Amino acid sequence: MLELAIGIILAGCGIGAGLALIAGIGPGIGEGNAVAKACEAIGRQPESKGAVTSTMIMGCAIAETTGLYGLVVGILLIFVAPGIFTGVLQRTLEAMNYIPH
Amino acid sequence: MTKEKKNKLIDIALLVMMILPFVLCMVLKVLTTPASEGIAISGALIYFEIPMPLMPLYITEVQVTSLAVIISITALCLYLTHGIKVIPDSKRQLVAEYIVEKVNFLIKDNMGSRYMAFAPFIAAIMGISAFSSLSALLGLFPPTSDMNIVAGWGILVFIIITHYKLKGGLFPYVKGFFEPIPVFAPFNIIGEISTPVSMSFRHYGNVLSGVVISTLVGSALGGLSEMLLGWLPGFLGDIPFLRVGIPAVLSVYFDLFSGLMQAFIFAMLTMLYVATGFPEEEYEKRQAKKKKKALSAAQ
Repeated sequence: MLELAIGIILAGCGIGAGLALIAGIGPGIGEGNAVAKACEAIGRQPESKGAVTSTMIMGCAIAETTGLYGLVVGILLIFVAPGIFTGVLQRTLEAMNYIPH
Repeated sequence: MTKEKKNKLIDIALLVMMILPFVLCMVLKVLTTPASEGIAISGALIYFEIPMPLMPLYITEVQVTSLAVIISITALCLYLTHGIKVIPDSKRQLVAEYIVEKVNFLIKDNMGSRYMAFAPFIAAIMGISAFSSLSALLGLFPPTSDMNIVAGWGILVFIIITHYKLKGGLFPYVKGFFEPIPVFAPFNIIGEISTPVSMSFRHYGNVLSGVVISTLVGSALGGLSEMLLGWLPGFLGDIPFLRVGIPAVLSVYFDLFSGLMQAFIFAMLTMLYVATGFPEEEYEKRQAKKKKKALSAAQ
């Protein structure tokens, strides 16, 4: 039983990490839009290339934040969460005087 | 001893002070890294623990490296400003003047001339962030890919922002949460708290993603070279040739570009939050009121 429970924990963490990285879609679309508009602006006014590029990179880096939230959550789910959840499970079972068989 | 000789000795001492911390960190890392098979993604190495009432205080690689960064930046500043004159005759004084001018210009451009006293703080944040991220190039664990360090900076910046918001008095600060209508109060409070969280997560996530991807690519190249070049005779077959140099191409983006970009963005956001959060009207009203009170008390 305990093995099954731990297996479910690991599977849940893995699936959760995969789902968390869906957050990458939003920044991808957003940054693509930003770069497209920057290209348009440079095409219209080639002399303002420097200012447009630096503003675009700054905006891209800020728009990336939501994607990075997903990344951080995914990394936590893979490297940190299984240990914590397994520990909680074992402590609960110990408190219940459960003997694995 | 002549003065010139003395100056040269001080210069050499400062240069040693600039480089030695990193060398010591690398030696410490090489000596303490446990032998393991292949590459693993792991947190910072824990050197030793100090027992504390709530939980043990871990002294990790990150603290040691960031201390090295601080010492190195201090030495760099001392080196650049050593023996400055009114009419500059050395290259390093020009470099120091260039840095100071650039930071002053940045502050004046983004915050206004009222905040010129912020220049050293912003330059310090930029310098420590950039040096910390760049220490990954030496093979050290970059301090910015540990949440504790970046969260500390985020909290520090949050305290400064709140301090500047409170300069207009407590009532306008609290009233700001109930705008435009009182129903928005929970959202405003969440937005206020999310400022340091988002600032630190942005920096941490960017550097960490570089570390994770570099490690994955490194281990993949190790496997690939074992598959392709494993037939070489003797010990030549055991050396992962593909892992030499190729991961460094990724480093150009993830360590150099991303690290410097995040340092700039962290400083930029600090400036913007402080400058936009400061209630100018309320502050001037409050100052006028205080002046009146002092005048009436004097009479």
